[in-house]
Amino acid sequence: MSSNWIEACAADAIEQEDVIRFDHGGRTFAIYRSAEDDYFATDGLCTHEQVHLADGLVMDDIIECPMHNGRFNYRTGEAKGAPVCVNLQTYPVKVEAGKVLVQLD
Amino acid sequence: MPLRDYSLIGPEAEKAVQKGLAAGAWYRPDIPRWQMKDLMQRRDGPAIRDTMLWIALFILSGAGGFYFWGTWWCVPFLFCYGVLYGSSTDSRWHECGHGTAFKTRWMNDAVYHIASFMIMREPVIWRWSHARHHTNTIIVGRDPEIVATRPPNLFQIYLYFFGITTVPKALQKMAIHAMGRLTEEEKTFVPESEWSKAYVIARIHLGIHALPFALAIHFGSWLPLMYFGVLPTMYGAWLGVYFGLTQHAGLAEDVLDHRLNSRTVHMNPIFRFVYWNMNYHIEHHIFPMVPYHALPKLHAIMAPDLPKPYPGTIAAYRDIIGALLRQRTDPAWTIEPELPALAKPCQPAVPGNATPAPAA
Ligand code: FES
Repeated sequence: MSSNWIEACAADAIEQEDVIRFDHGGRTFAIYRSAEDDYFATDGLCTHEQVHLADGLVMDDIIECPMHNGRFNYRTGEAKGAPVCVNLQTYPVKVEAGKVLVQLD
Repeated sequence: MPLRDYSLIGPEAEKAVQKGLAAGAWYRPDIPRWQMKDLMQRRDGPAIRDTMLWIALFILSGAGGFYFWGTWWCVPFLFCYGVLYGSSTDSRWHECGHGTAFKTRWMNDAVYHIASFMIMREPVIWRWSHARHHTNTIIVGRDPEIVATRPPNLFQIYLYFFGITTVPKALQKMAIHAMGRLTEEEKTFVPESEWSKAYVIARIHLGIHALPFALAIHFGSWLPLMYFGVLPTMYGAWLGVYFGLTQHAGLAEDVLDHRLNSRTVHMNPIFRFVYWNMNYHIEHHIFPMVPYHALPKLHAIMAPDLPKPYPGTIAAYRDIIGALLRQRTDPAWTIEPELPALAKPCQPAVPGNATPAPAA
């Protein structure tokens, strides 16, 4: 449903292999741009202790939490091992007219 | 001041939650995102170089001890071997546990497991314990890694230098885990999904610890015990404890600012090799994902916001010993580091949440 697509940021507001924070409707998200220029979105807070992932490091398909090295695959949300045990929620993303749009439920 | 209960299941644990310290927002200086990304970058080169040198030193000191065994000449070699085994493994365990030493994951994991065995910190339990230490650094009732409790027990601290209390305690914990149990305190920071892994590893570690004893009996020699297992962890512990005490001893409890509860000390290159730059301890706590090889750079960037670093370990110990002596009779007394005039103000110890501010 197109009404669920929310504009998060300009496509060039995120560097390649990086992440930024996006807040909407009282919730917080992390928007990623891969080295191949693909865009992804996940919940913003680490499932371990609610630290924001936008301060973390993007390496290949991985977002590493800035607090305790919890690692998630930001494409799938999969938690890659202790101290993160719970997967991240991911959201569909598309780029239109230079804008990154996230489909929120 | 009434005596404080440092356990994680006592009244202080509840109080820390009520006061908002358990999920407090910690002080963080504003460092631009591009700079943080640069600092956090992983590299294999420095850790591979250091690990090759580390292994070479193990071989050299071990071979010298073996060759001269039975003469006094073996003493300096085993002295070095002990420091490598019982002290340098502290920082290897630590850095690889953070996953920052190497870029390649399996290298971090391999060194983490080897160092965990040598320093006698069970890898599953201590991974979670250390995560809690970072979340709740020196928050009484929350941090399982507070070494110098108040009032300090100086004799106990002295015994730490030789592992006389810590090694038997580690063996006791290992036995508990091997029997399929965790202590009530451990259950507060290790999630249930990890318990079975901890039990299996405890059994493996106990089995390996029995090996040097079996070899010693088999060969009728003390030598296997000098090289492997509990003994080198004990006789080599002193330098790791000497470094480790500089991290937080004598500084504030229950504050949400690492500049007030952690200490940065300048060290010579040999110490920094053994300690893998953990002398930059304030910086490490504020930004734990910056690898050890980038900490000097982070230190330079953060310097305007930090207390003046101690020029060396002797200067640090002058303060630490004075503080510990004073805290025997006045447990509320604390070292108060002076912050630079233009530093970002202290984070007040108020309720908050653990979510840091948006990226700069
Ligand atoms: S808060 Fe993210 S790994 Fe702990």
